[in-house]
Amino acid sequence: MILGIETSCDETAAALVTADGEIVTTVVASQDELHARFGGVVPEVASRRHLELIVPVIEEALGEAEIDAVAVTSHPGLIGALLVGVSAAKALAWARRLPLVPVNHLHGHVASLYLRPLDLEPPFTCLLASGGHTMLVDVQERGGFRVLGTTLDDAAGEAFDKGARLLGLGYPGGKEIDALAKQGDPAAYDFPVARVPGLDFSFSGLKTALLYKVRDLPAAELEARKADLAASYQHAIVRALVERIEATGAERVAVVGGVAANSELRAALPGAALAPLPLCTDNAAMIASAARYAEPVPYPDYLSLDARPTA
Amino acid sequence: MQTVTSSPEATEALAAGLAEHLSAGDVVAVSGELGAGKTTFVRGAARALGVTGPVSSPTFTIGHRYEAPVPVAHLDLYRIAGLDPEEWGDLEPYFDGTIAFVEWPEHGGDWLPAARAVVTLKHVDESHRSVRIDCDPGL
Repeated sequence: MILGIETSCDETAAALVTADGEIVTTVVASQDELHARFGGVVPEVASRRHLELIVPVIEEALGEAEIDAVAVTSHPGLIGALLVGVSAAKALAWARRLPLVPVNHLHGHVASLYLRPLDLEPPFTCLLASGGHTMLVDVQERGGFRVLGTTLDDAAGEAFDKGARLLGLGYPGGKEIDALAKQGDPAAYDFPVARVPGLDFSFSGLKTALLYKVRDLPAAELEARKADLAASYQHAIVRALVERIEATGAERVAVVGGVAANSELRAALPGAALAPLPLCTDNAAMIASAARYAEPVPYPDYLSLDARPTA
Repeated sequence: MQTVTSSPEATEALAAGLAEHLSAGDVVAVSGELGAGKTTFVRGAARALGVTGPVSSPTFTIGHRYEAPVPVAHLDLYRIAGLDPEEWGDLEPYFDGTIAFVEWPEHGGDWLPAARAVVTLKHVDESHRSVRIDCDPGL
């Protein structure tokens, strides 16, 4: 049994996962509600909230369970936020004389696919698309992956959020655009899909194109064309993601990260493996899952373990 | 100085020119609306300072730190309403021994270290940006 802890960005999370990938408990204290209230802006940097939430979240996930190891996201992320999780994990593992498994947050996202009942076996090509990250990876074994392409500027989830802001929609932006796009015509506007070499992504030009479309429309007409703009903008993001996946020639495809919730993306990739939605956004079950295939640091060698901002 | 650039590449080149004058401990504030080219500007400077990997937007992650002869930090305060002392503690490590670029510096309040250069980007039209760089007199 592994206790996973995740504090790399906005979510404070803890989960218990068995050695064969069964989720026993998973607790996520989300800041979504706060974000919604403040239009996507965090009223405070994450670490203070992580600090308030980490003990109750771990207590709720752990209960009276006997565990064999503690896993924690050690990189990449905001240093102060990561340190809250890393310090809690060290203290808990130390007190119980357990090994500690530092986990790369991005490996965690891919390892959400290894949890039961999905229990996906490599090889497959995986799109990881969230607010902070967008990359395409080749997975040959559960212990790792090879990066095929990554965003050169904005992440896909960020493109959704900033697009929603430009259109005057609420937060979370991805959900708002997805809903409005259903009433619009995806062919109404031709947004450019950036041509970058290889399998990399670029979304910042798309964001700028939307900005100018919005600026050029008189206010009254903007209201009437909003659904068309949302549909066309979403279509351009999805097309960029799908084109890159298709360019790999992969037969088995999986999608992880918050953008996996997008309905047009799901419809465009009917054969893709998708983790259940609560496991697509940041959570700790995926961290415990990744720890099953990572190198544990034995007690007490991890006391000097540091959080790292970089992947 | 103030100039108008006609492409992202030209904005990057301008940033590379500024980067030549920067050293460890320097902070550069980069202001401008969505899509004005802030991340593009930081990318140009980071390249000139020896960063080789992708320089992507830190909007969601808030801070990126890149290894280079002098490490480069790239912060984005877009999602932060206003810094207070505890939050400053979260960001402080990014300024330690780095050349730090800060997007949305106006959200930093009084807590940001004084900037050696202030870059202001504005939309002119879809491909042109006006770039104004105000430097500390010592730079």
